[in-house]
Amino acid sequence: MSESMQIHEEFEIKWGMVIDVDKCTGCGACQIACQAENNIPPSTQSFDRLQSLHWLFVYKLDNGLPYPDSDIAYLPRPCMQCGNPSCVTVCPVVATTKEEEGAIVSQIYPRCIGCRYCMAACPYHSRVFNWFDPQWPKGMEKTLTPYASVRPRGVVEKCTFCHHRFQLAKRRARAEGRNPHHLREGEYVTACAEACPTGAIVFGDLKNSHHRVHQLAQSEYAFRLLERLGTDPQVYYLSRRSWVRRQGDNHVQKDQQRGE
Amino acid sequence: MLEEELIPQGVRRCSLTKFGAWIGVLLLFMLWGLCAAFLIYGFGLGVTNLNNYFAFGLWIAIDLIVIALGAGAFFSGFLKYILGIDELKSIINLAVVVGFVCYTGALMLLAFEIGQPLRGWFGYWHANVHSMLTEVIFCITCYLIVLSIEFVPIILENRQIHKIPFFRNLAHNFHITMPLFAAVGTFLSFFHQGSLGGMFGVLFGRPFALREGFFIWPWTFFLFILSAIASGPVFIMLISTIMEKASGRKLVPFSTKKLLGKISGLLLCVYLFFRILDVWAWASGILPKTGFTFDEMFNQFYGQWLLWLELGVGGILPAIILVTPSLRARSGLLYTAAALACLGVVVNRYVFAVQTLAVPVMPFDQWFTYLPHWTEWGTTFMMVGYSALVVSLAYRYLPLFPKERELNA
Repeated sequence: MSESMQIHEEFEIKWGMVIDVDKCTGCGACQIACQAENNIPPSTQSFDRLQSLHWLFVYKLDNGLPYPDSDIAYLPRPCMQCGNPSCVTVCPVVATTKEEEGAIVSQIYPRCIGCRYCMAACPYHSRVFNWFDPQWPKGMEKTLTPYASVRPRGVVEKCTFCHHRFQLAKRRARAEGRNPHHLREGEYVTACAEACPTGAIVFGDLKNSHHRVHQLAQSEYAFRLLERLGTDPQVYYLSRRSWVRRQGDNHVQKDQQRGE
Repeated sequence: MLEEELIPQGVRRCSLTKFGAWIGVLLLFMLWGLCAAFLIYGFGLGVTNLNNYFAFGLWIAIDLIVIALGAGAFFSGFLKYILGIDELKSIINLAVVVGFVCYTGALMLLAFEIGQPLRGWFGYWHANVHSMLTEVIFCITCYLIVLSIEFVPIILENRQIHKIPFFRNLAHNFHITMPLFAAVGTFLSFFHQGSLGGMFGVLFGRPFALREGFFIWPWTFFLFILSAIASGPVFIMLISTIMEKASGRKLVPFSTKKLLGKISGLLLCVYLFFRILDVWAWASGILPKTGFTFDEMFNQFYGQWLLWLELGVGGILPAIILVTPSLRARSGLLYTAAALACLGVVVNRYVFAVQTLAVPVMPFDQWFTYLPHWTEWGTTFMMVGYSALVVSLAYRYLPLFPKERELNA
């Protein structure tokens, strides 16, 4: 990648995730929790990733071997909140930014013009578009939360690591006279991490050595998706199965890259 | 005033009934597009076949195509006014009109393409200087203003308008300043043609489009400029030929057409040299570096045949015909080569817009196929209908071809 395509900037706080693929059962609780938390309208085709709105999608991986060697894994994919996001530089109207706010890639809905260039740029398909007006079946509108704004038709949206929870956690810390920039483990967690019944999703500050993610991200079993593209994701995955790690990136023949 | 009095002096045009019937056909196309537009604006872009994987589709491909083919306008202006190739005088007016409809047509499609068309002006207000698309937005709109200014004196040449001294003098003054606008148009066009290519080359998350480059510009920046100026002149020549066949009149001397063919042929050779190098560097450098092989970039639907069609049938073959004097002297071969050169650019822009998004990047992801919905075709044909309407009206009522009288004497 040429120098001009790099916008890498380091931040004091770097919220990130470590997802243990070996613990994920593919139950989809994270996906549902995300939908409810962030006011994502329900869809009759929630598993059609081409049309539906989803900020987190659970992919099914398989090792491609016949029985009895066949094996599967489930990989929840939120936004990677890349250190060098491919989507931010391309947006013509600065509707998406990577800023101080815990190094989370934001999406400014009232400014998005819906050109979808960011969607074309993101190799993870983390960004989705409001193809229709958002609609809630009668009665379900009561489930809307006051924390996440509802998006209109014609704009792009994405996972924000439940950014409103970060704001609430900071507010709480301030009220208690603590430094809002040094939140304790568990004070700010995303809805998906909270809902995961097997504890596969761990959330925290990757730069804070008191947070579990800091150590987990350094595990020999840790890997990131498409690392060699240079996006520098803040979401790490863990798996003791080498075939799963290998599917985290693309490898040309005889390529002795990580994941072998 | 009789309708005939609006028609340029000394030329023959079909009857008003026949012309009206032709306009009726074009309006039918536009009506189809209006129905589609109603659905799109009424219900949302979900009625199209665009989706979360194919964020770009037919509209973006067509935008890239018409802007590339519309490059004939600025490039002919550059050749005539800046380089002083006077023979292009007989085609320059048509080039301006074709350029105008290509750019206004592209903007028309963009109004459907973007999810929030009313926020289109945010591109100026909240401009992101790092985005190639920002550059495209600025240059395209600025260039459209230049094209409109270039179109004005052609309209003022209408027989009745020209009788009014003020407009006659205005047209004369416009003509005097035309080299300046040609230069501004050339400057703007170089940048937005390039930025359209750069838009794809910078996508480092999409190995199909990703390119290394010179300073901030990926190679696609320069390749898009080259392919546009190589195909633009022959596209204008093809349009004039279609108009000749439709009207049964000679409009442009064959020597001018041959000259346009020669210019395109030479530029096509330069473009192909760099494009082939580009494919080689991409296949042997960028793809392995990102963990991909050349074969992984294609499947049954988005096959390698598209690449060979672009480089061979739409590149090498027309280049050979156009640079060989004896071959381009034969009208059939000249027109075929021109059409093939345009086809090459069409395929190139299509694969950059669509195949880029079709190739699965995550190893556990899969290929998806995109076929445009009728609403996308309808709006596209509305744009084509609109373009044909403007060209038809300009041909009937404006002296587009200075040599028409002489050629049909």
